[in-house]
Amino acid sequence: MSLPSLTIAQAHEKLKKKEISSAELTKACIDRIEKVDKNLNAVVHRNFERALEEAKKADAKGVFEHPLAGIPYLAKDVFCETGIPTTACSNMLRKKDYIPPFDSTTTKRLKAAGAISMGKANTDEFTMGASTETSCFGVTKNPWDQTRVAGGSSGGSATAVAADECLFALGTDTGGSIRQPASFCGCVGLKVTYGRTSRYGVMSMASSLDSIGTLAKTVEDAAIILQAIAGKDPLDATTGDVPVPDYLSTLRKGVKGMTIGLPKEYFIKGMSPEVEAAVRSAAKEMEKLGAKVVDISLPHSSYAIAAYYVICPSEVSSNMARYDGIRYGHTSDKQDNLIEYYIRSRSGGFGPEVKRRIMIGTYALSAGYYDAYYRQAQKVRTLIRQDFEKAFQKVDCILAPVAPTPAFKIGAHTDDPVQMYLEDIFTAPINLAGLPGLSIPCGASKEGLPIGMQILGPQWGEETILRAGYAYEQATEWHTRKPALTSPEQ
Amino acid sequence: MALSPAQVRHIAKLARLEISDAEVEKYARELSAILDYVEKLKEVKTEGVEPTAQVTGQANVFRSDVIEDKGITTDALLATSPLPIVEQQIETASAHG
Repeated sequence: MSLPSLTIAQAHEKLKKKEISSAELTKACIDRIEKVDKNLNAVVHRNFERALEEAKKADAKGVFEHPLAGIPYLAKDVFCETGIPTTACSNMLRKKDYIPPFDSTTTKRLKAAGAISMGKANTDEFTMGASTETSCFGVTKNPWDQTRVAGGSSGGSATAVAADECLFALGTDTGGSIRQPASFCGCVGLKVTYGRTSRYGVMSMASSLDSIGTLAKTVEDAAIILQAIAGKDPLDATTGDVPVPDYLSTLRKGVKGMTIGLPKEYFIKGMSPEVEAAVRSAAKEMEKLGAKVVDISLPHSSYAIAAYYVICPSEVSSNMARYDGIRYGHTSDKQDNLIEYYIRSRSGGFGPEVKRRIMIGTYALSAGYYDAYYRQAQKVRTLIRQDFEKAFQKVDCILAPVAPTPAFKIGAHTDDPVQMYLEDIFTAPINLAGLPGLSIPCGASKEGLPIGMQILGPQWGEETILRAGYAYEQATEWHTRKPALTSPEQ
Repeated sequence: MALSPAQVRHIAKLARLEISDAEVEKYARELSAILDYVEKLKEVKTEGVEPTAQVTGQANVFRSDVIEDKGITTDALLATSPLPIVEQQIETASAHG
């Protein structure tokens, strides 16, 4: 088995026993990136020299107590790290690369655990998209079929994990941006409860929906990473003051006695029959493992995308106001007056999807439209949240598809924003309700493309969904499938 | 809900964006399609429903008003600006033209 294909748990054992060094492991990932990433385009900023230095330091110290000590990873290109270019894959921050003078809480916690940061992974511009096609660095390819998207917005992170370019990667999920690419690329994606992890130092898209999570090779690895990054942060007032459980101690407890709900609104006309069959067969597997599976209803589901695409762009229009060409970012040579300078810097720096969302949000929040759009969407958000609250009185977790289809072709939705938005149909409701969701592989299409399912829990219920996901993973082999990466160019 | 080219130009101006004549038609079409889609929110009966802004139910969070040294210098923060720095300030174009 090659070093980059190890799981965190496996690599940790080898590091501890001194069978391998962190420098060897990190170098093997770097070599892998050099070999495959020219085609895949998952990595946009490389921090290789520093990564190797850090790895050598970890080896010199020789202490690998923490499961993440000496483990190389990539962060989505929105996590600030001192001295490393962080550009949200936007020309707005790329013309003069933004080099943060501070660390995000998440990368800081990983550093404290001893993990090795190797650089930044591709994303849709400012995380706005479901395919990585809006990145100023170009699309990330799906490792299973390079004519298809990796999903998005954390497409670079998902491809990098699935193609063994790193041991794990950080992502963000505002409407499905961790779970959908994990599903398209065949890896594990964990979106946490809103406020379970800190957003400090991560470039915001929609602040009431954004959550920081991870893409990993196994459920156990996701639990290890969550353990290191979860918990209250004084620098992010929206982090919850709730205890962080010991996720690894309950991981293996199985699903016997658990009740799992299948929401009828998540099996709709027009979705791929292969996806539906894979998720239903996963439900059967859960029954075999001792869970009770029941049908449930989340009646307001069909309004979630409409509510999401009012609330999200509204918050986008406000968050993107900080990019005015003054403190960082794109600039304009002509500087006659300030307003003109703002307009030229912003118009030159932002791409079309960011402009679309800013304009929708500006419109929805403008005088006379606020009540009809934003306020109504927030009320619908309440109804969606209550649907889930009612469901969780009857069930421990919910099983659902992640996306209506496996990975689609590059370019399939680029001319139709509404079609692209509908990609989030099964994922966005979870962000509106602030719930945790775990995306794990549960099948393959005829063409061999991965299919994922999501296990959803009540707020702060990461323990339950990790436990259910782990039980399923142990009983099945979907997570062991690897892409062959046999493109003609390779 | 069809947006006219003039409305799109107005929204763009409010958002401090410039849309070229060639782009106005495209954005008018795309933004109208998005607004048409979200129109379905009006079907939902929301009388007496409170809006959700903060989903985990958190209210105000306070901290003491004490300056903490985070190890970041003013110069390091200013260095990320694309504009000239004069006496620890960013020099911009005049707000008055």
